[in-house]
Amino acid sequence: MQTSTVLLILVALAAISFFVGRKRSHLVAVGQGGAYGLHSLPKHYGYMAALWAGLPALLVLILWVGLESRVLTNMVVSQLPAEIQALPESELGLYFNQIVSFAQSGSDALGLSESQVAAAGYYQELLADSRVMKASLVFLVAVIGCLLALQRISPTLRARNHVESIFTWILFACSFIAVLTTLGIVLSVLFEAIRFFHAIPVTDFLFGLQWSPQMAIRIDQVGASGSFGFVPLLVGTLLISTVAMFIAVPVGLMSAIYLSEYATRRFRSLTKPVLEILAGVPTVVYGFFAALTVAPFIRNLGESIGLSVASESALAAGIVMGIMIIPFVMSLSDDIINAVPDSMREASLGMGATMNETIRKVLLPAALPGIVGGILLAVSRAIGETMIVVMAAGLSAKLTINPLEAVTTITVQIVTLLVGDQEFDSPKTLAAFALGLVLFFVTLLLNVIALYVVRKYREQYE
Amino acid sequence: MSSANSYKNTAAIKASLKKRYARERRFQWYGRIAVMTGFVFLFILLADIVGKGLPAFTQQYIKVTLDLDADRLGVAPDASEAELLRADYLGVIRSSLRDMFPEVTDRKEKRQLYRLISIGAEYDLRDAVVDDPGLIGQKFDKWLLAHAEAASYLKGQVSRDLPEGDRKLKNTQMDWLDSLRDRDRTEGRFNTLFFTEGDSREPELAGIKAALYGSFFTLLVTFLLAFPVGVFAAVYLEEFAPRNRLTDLIEININNLAAVPSIVFGLLGLAVFINFFELPRSAPLVGGVVLSLMTLPTIIITSRAAIQAVPPSIREAALGVGASKLQTVFHHVLPVSMPGILTGSIIGMAQALGESAPLLMIGMVAFIMDVPGGVTDPATVLPVQVFLWADSPERGFTEKTSGAIMVLMGFLIVMNALAIYLRRRFELK
Repeated sequence: MQTSTVLLILVALAAISFFVGRKRSHLVAVGQGGAYGLHSLPKHYGYMAALWAGLPALLVLILWVGLESRVLTNMVVSQLPAEIQALPESELGLYFNQIVSFAQSGSDALGLSESQVAAAGYYQELLADSRVMKASLVFLVAVIGCLLALQRISPTLRARNHVESIFTWILFACSFIAVLTTLGIVLSVLFEAIRFFHAIPVTDFLFGLQWSPQMAIRIDQVGASGSFGFVPLLVGTLLISTVAMFIAVPVGLMSAIYLSEYATRRFRSLTKPVLEILAGVPTVVYGFFAALTVAPFIRNLGESIGLSVASESALAAGIVMGIMIIPFVMSLSDDIINAVPDSMREASLGMGATMNETIRKVLLPAALPGIVGGILLAVSRAIGETMIVVMAAGLSAKLTINPLEAVTTITVQIVTLLVGDQEFDSPKTLAAFALGLVLFFVTLLLNVIALYVVRKYREQYE
Repeated sequence: MSSANSYKNTAAIKASLKKRYARERRFQWYGRIAVMTGFVFLFILLADIVGKGLPAFTQQYIKVTLDLDADRLGVAPDASEAELLRADYLGVIRSSLRDMFPEVTDRKEKRQLYRLISIGAEYDLRDAVVDDPGLIGQKFDKWLLAHAEAASYLKGQVSRDLPEGDRKLKNTQMDWLDSLRDRDRTEGRFNTLFFTEGDSREPELAGIKAALYGSFFTLLVTFLLAFPVGVFAAVYLEEFAPRNRLTDLIEININNLAAVPSIVFGLLGLAVFINFFELPRSAPLVGGVVLSLMTLPTIIITSRAAIQAVPPSIREAALGVGASKLQTVFHHVLPVSMPGILTGSIIGMAQALGESAPLLMIGMVAFIMDVPGGVTDPATVLPVQVFLWADSPERGFTEKTSGAIMVLMGFLIVMNALAIYLRRRFELK
């Protein structure tokens, strides 16, 4: 039985449990003066029965689906001949994939060995067994849950409190997912990164000046170890982010100052949403724009004044990334500038300063910590931005700070290393996770500092 | 500075006023220029996309006089459907083209002539004949889909000024196309294939239907997971959570997750869902789960704001008449804050719709021709389709890319407009 069918039947079982539970509460209340003799409303008894039937069964179903393929793999592999089990993990994986695709489609038995065909049969058998067992176990748990709930129903049972406390736990579980997500990110990235650092020393990674992971595809190639020096990626990332900041900070900051200090209300209410469209444009669109419009334009411009510009220059990616971040810088600075108390503006204006002097000598110094915090947040966005650089920046890791040359970034390398077929134990794939780890912690650090600065700044004026 | 001194300074201040006012005006202009720069960037971006994308919505057809001779097709006049499906339609199209341009005899030139017509035309003709076998033996005019290169010449995108070696379309082909156009045998029509086909290697046959379905299934999973979980989490944090370390931890986590780069969620999806749980690759199910984890912080933060905005009097009234805490929240607080929650959720969904980086990690970049039928079929989504086409070297795909971007942006505009409408209505209350 398909998982979706099991799920539907489970929902139906829970619904039936609701009605049976409600009915049962009416029955036990007969001697107690009808429904008024019950502690809770009849529907609460129904909810209780439904929850008891549905929740544990749902958990069983999720666990089963989550672990099914792992267990099946292990069982099939343990049946394989010993010499095949002794193969390295990647070859064994390939061998096993052939078994699975044969078992599922039934075609293409030509290139398969006898033991593979046998294993495919065994796999199919196990799969059928697993489906039956899954469905029956889930339904059994549901029915037992329902019966247990029904048995407990009595006029004095505090069904409403019971149901509500279960619900509160469900609410808590939902909010705890955020913690689990962070934990999942840290663990999954850390785990693979540690495996990577077994193969490549941490110091080589952090301080190496050469990045060429493509070498490491096959063991017998020259330079098979590849080089995993992270510095060129960091420099490339920072270079593109710097270009982006040179666009986004002046434009964003000046727009925010103009809109909050000079513009009329009407102008402001018309302009702000339009500029915020820039924030809603998908990044893949910016990438397309950077790669097909901005990059050729910059290259032609450079050629016409006699400069040689790479067709995937850091400048093009940086400018477009800057455009993307303008609304981000703008709305953050807007918040910060608005948080400066009016008394400071009025004091300065009252002394005879012009608006411009007030802004430069009073508002900006007062808002500086907040603005710096906002810029840090923008930098963290730029560092983590993926699609623009994947489409418009280069692949070769060159250690340069010339924005006219092609550089590569951390995110570009993560994507190139992981898109397409991967072997899960080659340093090449694991390197992506090490890069992910660095990316996660760098952006986390920037965010924590930025939020701390912004909060400190806000407290100052509250 | 004493007051006597400032009196003396008055003259100096007056003299400096002109300069200060000029600076003030200059500063204002900097501000205006900054705002204008933003506008100009937005305008260039949109104009570039629309300018490149509009031609994607027309498709060029060429009228060919087909001679559906049974011998040429290689079937008997009373052939069965199975035989008809195997007949030589390509040969008929080619010989009909030769008939229209009898002066073409050179083998190389012939091949160039054949390249005016899309390879999809063959199947189009096959379907027409299978539908109506009476066509066999007749000679009639039929509009056939033009090849992408020919189409881009007919749309005026390729100029003869370019050296012949630099373009795929040769001079002879351009001459034929010109003569076809002079004889009114070419026509541009609205491109329905773009919306009814999946991806293809041929630009003129490629469409976004598979990507649209993939996006739909992915967003469906995202919504089904992120909306209830996000709202429940917001309710818990606003209404039930005790002030303790655990709650602080949850709040810090939510704020940090909102700023984690999206690609890191892709790594999480790859390591946990694909490698550990061994869920299928390229499936909307996994994509939806990853995107829901990514949009969860947005939904939680906006829902919390909406719940906070509910006046305490509503809670107190409900509690006063004996409702439990849970009943208060679900019967009174949530319905009142629903417009705000929906606004936040729609904005989160719009983010998820435009997101592509995490989906690259979990293998949703495959070349998908078939429309996915469910959440576990291999699929791609609209932004990833844009990414794939943007990478293709054929010029025909450039306009397709822009066209797909226009469709994507159209959806985003509708979603954001809906969110703004809901917010406006909410504010009126």
